[in-house]
Amino acid sequence: MSACIRVNGREEDLAAPTVAALLAGRGIVAGTRGVAVALNGAVLPSRRWDETPLSAGDALEIIRPVQGG
Amino acid sequence: MNDTLTIAGREFRSRLFLGTAGYPNQQVMLDALEASGSDLVTLAIRRISLDGYSESLVDVIGDRAGLLPNTAGCLTAKEAVLTAQLAREALGVDWIKLEVIGDRELLYPDVEELLRATEELVADGFTVLPYCNDDPVTCRKLADLGAAAVMPLGAFIGSGLGIRNPHAIETICARSPVPVVLDAGIGTASDAALAMELGCAAVLLNTAVSKARDPVRMAAAMRDAVAAGRAARLAGRMPKRGFAEASSPQLGLIGT
Repeated sequence: MSACIRVNGREEDLAAPTVAALLAGRGIVAGTRGVAVALNGAVLPSRRWDETPLSAGDALEIIRPVQGG
Repeated sequence: MNDTLTIAGREFRSRLFLGTAGYPNQQVMLDALEASGSDLVTLAIRRISLDGYSESLVDVIGDRAGLLPNTAGCLTAKEAVLTAQLAREALGVDWIKLEVIGDRELLYPDVEELLRATEELVADGFTVLPYCNDDPVTCRKLADLGAAAVMPLGAFIGSGLGIRNPHAIETICARSPVPVVLDAGIGTASDAALAMELGCAAVLLNTAVSKARDPVRMAAAMRDAVAAGRAARLAGRMPKRGFAEASSPQLGLIGT
């Protein structure tokens, strides 16, 4: 079985070495206003995306603001 | 006459806060925002679509209004705190409309979790505006924990039922050490005016505008209603009487 991580609740293969690499694969670069990331339940500031490795079992939440009341 | 609303040291020109959800389209939302005169709009925080990144709501709103992210949909203090922290990271905004609900159908606040989340977020440097029950005790506890305002509901979120317990709202306003923002339940302009007449500092609404037949026109009506209700509050209403009292002179009646 290959190593997996959860991204926004969906299980996927661990392919990217860092948080920044995973986000770049989805068109999100550090400094994109309105995007924020939590790694294993804690906010990961965008300045640390580059240096933060991903390991099997990690859970990432990637959010942005949407219309709301 | 200067009658500026101040919450946590920040001044607002308008006493109407507007939600951004449920409009027929984005242009109607922007037009309604302009017509409302509001300078604070609410946003929700959600998982990004992993299929593609579309135009950011933040860019759409631009500098038209300040942003007040919410924690809508959160069921626990833990979820709400993380959502608020993500909102701060995403937007650079440390104001939060704190919602912690205890029932997904009623969207009614879970008071225990709300109090816990308020305490944690205040300690973390947030300006916390909790959506809460129309309960003077809960409102007092929230203020004591450092909430910058309290936002009691007029009725269920999205119900448009108006202010179901005006006396409770009036009591909260009379006793609250922090500004009271009527949040949820507003259905039409008279509801917003009533909130202000009862002593609320501001009104937060969304569906009443976004689901009106003509949202832009309703946004203008809400702007006027809030202004009229506020003016009436400051003017001081006449006392209520149980019986008639003629306003025309009683002397000189024809035929007497």
